[in-house]
Amino acid sequence: MTDFLEMRDLTMRFGGLVAVDTLSFKVAHGSIHGLIGPNGAGKTTTFNMISGFYTPTAGQVLLRGEDISGLKMHEVARRGVVRTFQHSTLFAELTVLENALVGTHMPFRPNIFAAIVGWDREDRRGAEARAREALDFFGLGDLVEERAGDLSHGHQRALGMAVAYASHPDVMLLDEPFTGMNPEETRQMMDLMRRLKADGITILLVEHDMQAIMGLCDTITCMSFGKFLAEGGPAEIRHHPAVIEAYLGGARHVA
Amino acid sequence: MLKPLIFVLAAVALIALPHGLSFSQQEILVFLVINILLVTSYRLLTLTGEWSLGHVVIMGVGAYASALVSKELGVNVPVSILLGGITSALLAVLLSFPLFRMKGFYFLIGSFAAGEIIRLIWKRFREPFGGVRGISGIDPMPDFSLGFYSFDFFEPVSYYYFAGFVVMICLWVLWRIEKSPVGLTFHAVHWQDKLAQASGVNLRAYRTLAFAIASGFAGIAGALQGHYVGTVNPNSFDIEVMVFVLTWAIVGGTATFYGPILGCVLLTILNEIVLRELGFEQARPLIYGAIMILSILFLPNGLESIVQKVLPRKAAPSPERKAAA
Repeated sequence: MTDFLEMRDLTMRFGGLVAVDTLSFKVAHGSIHGLIGPNGAGKTTTFNMISGFYTPTAGQVLLRGEDISGLKMHEVARRGVVRTFQHSTLFAELTVLENALVGTHMPFRPNIFAAIVGWDREDRRGAEARAREALDFFGLGDLVEERAGDLSHGHQRALGMAVAYASHPDVMLLDEPFTGMNPEETRQMMDLMRRLKADGITILLVEHDMQAIMGLCDTITCMSFGKFLAEGGPAEIRHHPAVIEAYLGGARHVA
Repeated sequence: MLKPLIFVLAAVALIALPHGLSFSQQEILVFLVINILLVTSYRLLTLTGEWSLGHVVIMGVGAYASALVSKELGVNVPVSILLGGITSALLAVLLSFPLFRMKGFYFLIGSFAAGEIIRLIWKRFREPFGGVRGISGIDPMPDFSLGFYSFDFFEPVSYYYFAGFVVMICLWVLWRIEKSPVGLTFHAVHWQDKLAQASGVNLRAYRTLAFAIASGFAGIAGALQGHYVGTVNPNSFDIEVMVFVLTWAIVGGTATFYGPILGCVLLTILNEIVLRELGFEQARPLIYGAIMILSILFLPNGLESIVQKVLPRKAAPSPERKAAA
């Protein structure tokens, strides 16, 4: 597999605090890659650096060999790396369909002059078709007219992903997609992610739900206190002594 | 079937309207039409979540620009009005560089400061802005005849038709913009700028776009006013006028396209006709302020919320947008 997305010595300092310390790992094209670690390990900070929300203090994010660190979030998104947010970050006042339509901003770039004259019918139709496709994919096809803020928690999470998916991403960065889902919803979401992978979308996810991580990921990177700890397949990580120590504390502390 | 009929009736009513009014009321009507464009353009900016205190000064920029190009360069008046709008839009693009480093309250104060700077420039420089007294003797709109109707632009009725026509076109354009994917992106920038940005929306570009469009139409409104009144001066675009615009927008409500128009029309009728007739000349600003406070307290969603309650469910935004798409 090629070096599709590579983190090279990523470092983020907030004042005196080193949140992420010379972290390096590679995400292979078309894989589902998990990023795990105890609370405060720097997973979300890493995410924010990849997506352009933060500019790394040092180090690089390379997408197909191109340095994308320090670009603005929309510039990163236009290169095909689209993120979702922790919690239900949505356009709560807009309808479900409108939320997904915002997601189609990149493939169907709005043009104001065409919009005034009415020459963008094709684009609008295409955008709506794509939005509906993304909503159907995440099982929201019946809810298009609902206000996004009125949806149940599980549906809101799904909508957040549908908005990202609507933009035809190459890489999806999913920040804790299973939070607050019941086991049934989690299982459905895992199926959807496998289908995304089959579509050729690379997925990098941060998650606490170990069952989901272990069942889904091809490769798992484990962080602790901002540092790289271990990497490997689910089976490897599960039995890795350093990972167990990070999560449960040193062996001698275990009662 | 009902819709075209309503449109025809509304058009007839709007054409017949000035003939039932006194001369001074006809003059008020002209200003009302211009103010409708002003407040509607203001709403486009508020779609992105930013409220400006410089909008009226930007309107003045259009008035000054149109007056100067027609007076000094001899540009024809209808063309100069368009140039006035373009000048305002370009100035807005320039102002966006310092102003859009700020958001929310800071943008509000920054826009006020920018407006005051522009007003001081008008006051300070006699050439070409005419100092405190401004510019007078602005070329009027040249009279012309359409065969069935002769426009005499010293008559408010003629100017009402002309301004009404221009404003209708502008409102139509603003409406199209709002109901387009661009308008949706403005909403997106307002409600969740981070998520919009993660979807590839260039926030700076869209904020600037909304600011420039709103300013451009405000400039056209200003130019329309300048060529009607015949003079422009720095004091006709001061913060007091801005407070009027804010009051119209807040009392009317900014969630719908018609909200600010409703606020503008009703408050103008109240202010200019009812209160003037009743002899409350002195107390008018007081009553105006009281209305604003009362409406914030008891009608937080503006007059439009009453309309939405009275009208059947049609007012829900989604089916409407679908029809427009």
